[in-house]
This record gives sequence, C-alpha cells and structure tokens, in this order.
Amino acid sequence: MIHFARWKIILIFAVCALGIALGIPNLLTNEQRAALPDWAPKSTLNLGLDLRGGSHLLLEVDIKTAFKERISNLVQAMRQELRTNRIGYTRIGPRGDSAQVVIREPDKKANRASDGQTNLEFATRLLRRLEPGTQVDVSGAQITISYTPDEIRNRNNQVLQQSIEIVRRRVDAFGTTEPTIQRQGADRILVQVPGLANPERLIALIGKTAKMTFHLLDERFAPGMPLPTVAPAGSFFAKQRQSREEQQRKAPATTYVVKKRVMVSGENLVDSQPTFERGRPVVSFRFDTIGGKKFGRVTQANVGKPFAIVLDNEVISAPVIQEPILGGTGIISGSFTVSETQDLALLLRAGALPAPMTVLEQRSVGPDLGADSIAAGEIACLIGFVLVLVFMMLAYGLFGIFANIALLLNMVLIVGGLSLLQATLTLPGIAGIVLTIGMAVDANVLIFERIREEVQSGRSPLSSIDAGYQRALTTIIDANLTTFIAAVILFEFGSGPIKGFAVTLSIGLLTSMFTAIMVTRLMVVTWLRRRRLQTLPI
Amino acid sequence: MAAFPIKLIPADTKIDFIGSRKIAYIFSGLLMLVSVGFFAFQGLNFGIDFKGGILIEVRTPGPANIDALRGKLSGLGLGEVALQEFGQATDVLIRIERQPGGEEGQKVAVATVKTALGSDVASYRRTEFVGPKVGGELIEAGILAVVLSLLAIMVYVWFRFEWQFSIGAIVALTHDVISTIGVFSITEHEFNLATVAAILTIAGYSINDTVVVFDRIRENLRKFKAMPIEELLNLSLNQTLSRTLLTSITTLLALLAIFFFGGAVIQDFAFALIWGVVIGTFSSIFVASPVVMMLNIRESISGGTIGGNETSQGTPAE
Repeated sequence: MIHFARWKIILIFAVCALGIALGIPNLLTNEQRAALPDWAPKSTLNLGLDLRGGSHLLLEVDIKTAFKERISNLVQAMRQELRTNRIGYTRIGPRGDSAQVVIREPDKKANRASDGQTNLEFATRLLRRLEPGTQVDVSGAQITISYTPDEIRNRNNQVLQQSIEIVRRRVDAFGTTEPTIQRQGADRILVQVPGLANPERLIALIGKTAKMTFHLLDERFAPGMPLPTVAPAGSFFAKQRQSREEQQRKAPATTYVVKKRVMVSGENLVDSQPTFERGRPVVSFRFDTIGGKKFGRVTQANVGKPFAIVLDNEVISAPVIQEPILGGTGIISGSFTVSETQDLALLLRAGALPAPMTVLEQRSVGPDLGADSIAAGEIACLIGFVLVLVFMMLAYGLFGIFANIALLLNMVLIVGGLSLLQATLTLPGIAGIVLTIGMAVDANVLIFERIREEVQSGRSPLSSIDAGYQRALTTIIDANLTTFIAAVILFEFGSGPIKGFAVTLSIGLLTSMFTAIMVTRLMVVTWLRRRRLQTLPI
Repeated sequence: MAAFPIKLIPADTKIDFIGSRKIAYIFSGLLMLVSVGFFAFQGLNFGIDFKGGILIEVRTPGPANIDALRGKLSGLGLGEVALQEFGQATDVLIRIERQPGGEEGQKVAVATVKTALGSDVASYRRTEFVGPKVGGELIEAGILAVVLSLLAIMVYVWFRFEWQFSIGAIVALTHDVISTIGVFSITEHEFNLATVAAILTIAGYSINDTVVVFDRIRENLRKFKAMPIEELLNLSLNQTLSRTLLTSITTLLALLAIFFFGGAVIQDFAFALIWGVVIGTFSSIFVASPVVMMLNIRESISGGTIGGNETSQGTPAE
C-alpha cells in the first residue's frame, strides 16, 4: 500500500485534472464559456426549478374519457351500418368497454343479403368489417364488439402522444425558454417551465381541451323562449360563455339548444390569429380546403338562420348567417379581452386535445425565492466546509491538512461530476453536498484511526501506514456501498428536488472514496518518503 | 513542519458499553413505545405532498400582519387555513387544506386566494398544490422506498457478513426509522417528501456506522478466539469509538450549518438529518451490537462456517 506504480500516480493526477477542467466552466460567465475552444468542456450544473424559479406541472390525460367517446362513436357507426342495411335491432349501446346490440328476428332471411344469410349472420359479417382492431362475439341474438387489448394499448398510447404534442405546441407558443415536456407512466405528462413563476395562465391554456365545432341552432327554441326540460333528440343544451366580469357578478348565462350534428370542426382549421374588428378584439380563422367547402355549403343552405360556435361545450357566439361564407375564412367575436383573443387563437392553432386533462400537481417557485435559496445554500456550504476543515486540522494535525486538501479536491470533483452528468442541482442537492462534506472525511478518519492504533501497537511509521490503509479499505468499501444502496433507491423513488439530493449524495460517496483512498494516500506516502520519520505525528 | 494533533477522544477508552446495555434497552424501548404511541394517537403532521392541499409562500411589502391576512382568507370558505411566519418577518407561509372537487378544486382555490390577497402581497415566492390522487401515490412510493432500502441493506450485510449481523443491522435501522417518525410526530414538524428522503439518508448513515463496528467485531472474533463475547464487543466498540464520534461530529457540523444558514425551506430536512445522525450513532453502539451478541455470533464464527485466519499481517499489495 506504500508503493505507487507510476501509472497510478498519472491516473490520479489525470482524474483530478479532469475534475477541475469539468468544474471550471461553472465559474465562468456565459461569454467566457462561449469563447472556450471546442475541445474544452462547457457544460455546467443545471439548476433545478427550486433554485432558478419556475413551474412544475403534472398533468393526467383522461384516457378513459377518450375511450368512452370512442365506444360511443362505435355505437353510432353500428347504428348507421345496421340501418343502411335494413336490419332490425334493439338495445344498442355501450356496455362497459364494449358496444352491444341485439338483432331482431335473428333467424329470418336478411333483406339485403345476397347469399341467403339470416339477419344475425349478415349483421355479424357487417359488424366484423366495421372497424379494424375489434373483435366480435355473438351469443344468441346479441352481438358484442370490443377492441382487442393490443388495439386499446396502441390507441391509448396514441392519445397520450398526441396530447404531449399538443401540450408542447401550446407551451412553445406561450413563448417560454427551455420547457421540458415528458411522458410519465401510462397517462401522465410532466411539464417543467423554468422562469415562469405565475403559471395560472399557462395552466388555463394547457388544460383547455379546445375542441371547437360549428353547429346549427334548434330554431324552435330561440334565445329568450322557454326551454324544454330535456334536450330534444339530436340536440343538446349549451351555455353562453361568460366574460370574467360577468362571471364575477354571477350574471345568468343564456342557454342555447344546439343541434348535435357538427357542421365543421376545428380539425379543419389551418390558421387562427387575434385581431380587431371595429375596435373590438376578435379572433380570425381560416379553414383548409375541405373545411372551407363544407362551411361554404352549409352557410349557403342556411342563410338567415342562427348558428353556434361551440368551444369545449360552451357557446362562444351564436351569430345569424347573413350571407354564404365561401372564402373559408371567418371571424369569431364574443365579449373578449385582448389577451383572451390571443389565448383562443393560440389554442385553435395548436389543435384540440384528444382527451381532457387535469392538473394533478403544481409547484411553482418565484425567482427571488430561488435566488435566496442559492445564497443560503452557498453560505451553509461555506460555513459547513470551514467548520469541518478546522475540526479535521485540530483532530489530526498534518494528516488533517492532507485530508482537507482531499476534501477540497472532493468538492471540485463533485461539481465536475455533476457538470459531466448534466445533473440538476436542487436545494436538497446542495444539502447533499454539505452532508457529503461531513461524511467525506469519514474514509480518512477510518484510515487515520487505524494508523493510530497500529502506531500504538508498536509498529514502525511505515508499516503502520501500510497496515492502516490496508485494513481500513474493506471497511470503507462496505460502509460506503451500503449508503450507496440507500442513495440509489432514493433516486429511483424520488421526484425532482429529491432526485437531485440522491445524485449529489451518490457522486459525493464515490469521489470521497477516491480522494480518501488514492489522493490522501499519495500525499501521505510522498511526505513519508521525503522525511524518514521515527514517529508519526498522528 | 510541526504537527500538533490534539487527541479529542482518548485512544484507549474502556467504556463498558455492553455492561450498560440494559439502560440502553430501557431507553430504546421507551423511545419505541413513545414513538409508536404518538404515531398512533397523534399521527403525523403531513405536508401537502401526502395529504394534498395548497401551500403558498408570500412576501409582503412590509412586516406581515398575519392576523389581517388570516382574516381575509378565513372568509373565503376554504376550510382550514394555517398561516405562519416563514424565515423572516416579511415572509408568510399559507397552508390550505385539500379542497373538495378533486384536482380542479385546488386550482380554483389558488386563484381565489390570489384574488383575495390582492395588493397585500408583494410577490408569490412559492405556489404549490397537490391533488388527492398524487398524495396517495406518494405515500405508497415513500413506504415502498423505505422498506426496499432496508431490505436491500439487509441483504448486502447478510452477503458480506454472517446472518446475525444482518439481523442486528435491520433491527438498528428499524429502530432509527421508527424513532425518527416518532420525533416528527412529537414535535409536529411537517412530514413531507423531503422527510422521507431524510429517513433514507439516515438509514444510509446509520448503516455506515454500524458496518464499521461490525467489521471490527468480526475481525476481533477471529483474532481473539477465546475472549468472552461481552469483552470482545466492548473492545470493538471502544476501538471504533473515536472514529464513530469524529465522523458524527464532522457530519453534525455540516448539518448544523445547513440548519442555521441553509434557509427556511430546508430547515426541517436538516432537522431530520441531525436527529438521524445522533440516533444512528447511538443505535450502532447500543442496538446493533447487542443484537448480534444475543444471536450467538460466537458460535457461528468459531464454528468455522466462514472462519479463515485473518490475523496474519497481510501481504503488502502492489
């Protein structure tokens, strides 16, 4: 343990130099870093949201609702298919995760079947072809269509991917820097936006489904007329969207009877911009070719009738069609403020979410708290560091100074390691570094105590040091590995800030083992060679 | 160069740790009893991480008038609203219980609070809300993490030492975890995600300490085959005592620096760790080692299952 092979010495110096090189960019300003040559390391510590300020949102995509909607579309398609082929049916509807129908007169020859099939056989054949990825089960006269597990999985994945994409578009359009948008688990999205301290507007934007559709109104129930108790078949009730001012004074909202049939939907939009019309903020939109044609056809056929622009089940406006709109462009006016028109235009441009979303968790930190935390962390680090340095010197004298040099180097290596891994430094992470300062000396303490013991048992300095290092080594490894286990599990389980703590703790354990076992030993051995002592000052 | 080491801990202490273990048992037993009792009857002051709810930290233009702020917020019908000065006179931490109406309900309540506070607040330093769903999941994940790491540590110690040591280690760690939870229940410090992280770190620190002692016990068991076990444990504990204390002191120094200077956000975390270092040091001396003794470690080792003569000087490597 006393002799160092040359390559080992070189390796130790190389690791230290590398650590320093990796750590240095953190001390430089952005301009200085940009001026570094290409080969030089440039990456720095990432500050976590709790240190730089920003917002963390955990969103959940309501995949179940999307799936229910899909089943109900399937029911619609079944009804349509059976009707066009003149097959009698009853009790059609969704049943849990599948759609069911009972065929009337199942054994009678079907009207439209060419090869003499019965109603049931014909219906089964038709429904089998209805949608790919489904399986059809027949029991008696009852037919059940359900999606295969593969299809459900694929579809759910698709819904989540689409949601992520749309969230990304909306966040990007919001104009923030370096947002992180990640999938989490089967149905969640993690959004992290640095620098954004008041995310209410962003949340409002992200959370909106933004499903826009154009419908005709049921003319029998013009606004102001008494409403029926239940919506007539083929129609639904929708309330007028209210401005914030109206909401606050709890003004009654008009209810419209809107026809279910969608004339044109937001999917056909290609552009949408906030603009002004006669001094009032409005949103302009433009359809793609198909949407434009559809819109032209419907408006042509319904001049003089009112229609409704519905956004997420609220009527934004219900104007009367004055003339056919053939150019494929139009304007939505409501009681908007300027920022509302900006948001609406953004939402329409980014597209509708395939499923509703809820915010499960929000954590926002203002930039001033972040700065305060950094300052406090620095002070705590410095004070902790000085205390440990002084204590070690008092306890071990010269050897304490060796340990202290190793500790300094250890800090540099931690910063270098964190920069290399592009790890995120959080407030608990800083605590992790300070804790590591305290614990890092442990390996040296173990060794020094062992050396002391060996000296007391009457060994020569050289052989005491040799035995000290040798015997302490397994203890150090066992002790650090067990702590490392805890740190790894912490990393696996933890979220954001806690992960940062686990990372600094783990890196600190590794670097402290290196500095204690290699660096201080090199120092001790070199010192010992220079002066051939009879007694050890330990 | 003159070197002047001060022996902070005398090198050849002869403290009868094992002889006084009964007192330690009584202390630990009471500690466990009180911890479990408080946990059962008083429970923990869960932070929003676990029970859901809203946490807002605000800075007021001047020194905060907490009563006035409370007055404004209590009229909003948000249920239990707790305010406390946080770190300094201008900073106030507002905690609002979980709102009905699931995730959406929390969001709406935050907006209501911000409207109500209006110009009383200079800046919002932190806004957090956690819905009921996430809270439940975090509790599960926290328990799982603690149990998993205890098991992993136990397996590692079992693998590296005799089984008696791994039982001793797990008993000591469980002791540390339970007493930490107990301290949080007694002092009503907020128990949150960071506390769970602290518990895991405590487990890591405590096992570190314990392993060092175990290492020495094992070494001595092989070296002094005829020594009575009580004497041998005392010898091992005394031999490692100065290391145990030195490391505890440096770690405590660092933690005290975080506690006093690291800012209000991290203070509870530092508090938990400080407690953990103290109890972890205690448990490796007074809990882990006596357990190993009770499990007849001597027979295992001298029975020669692992044996091996390691009293030789060891060949100089390299």
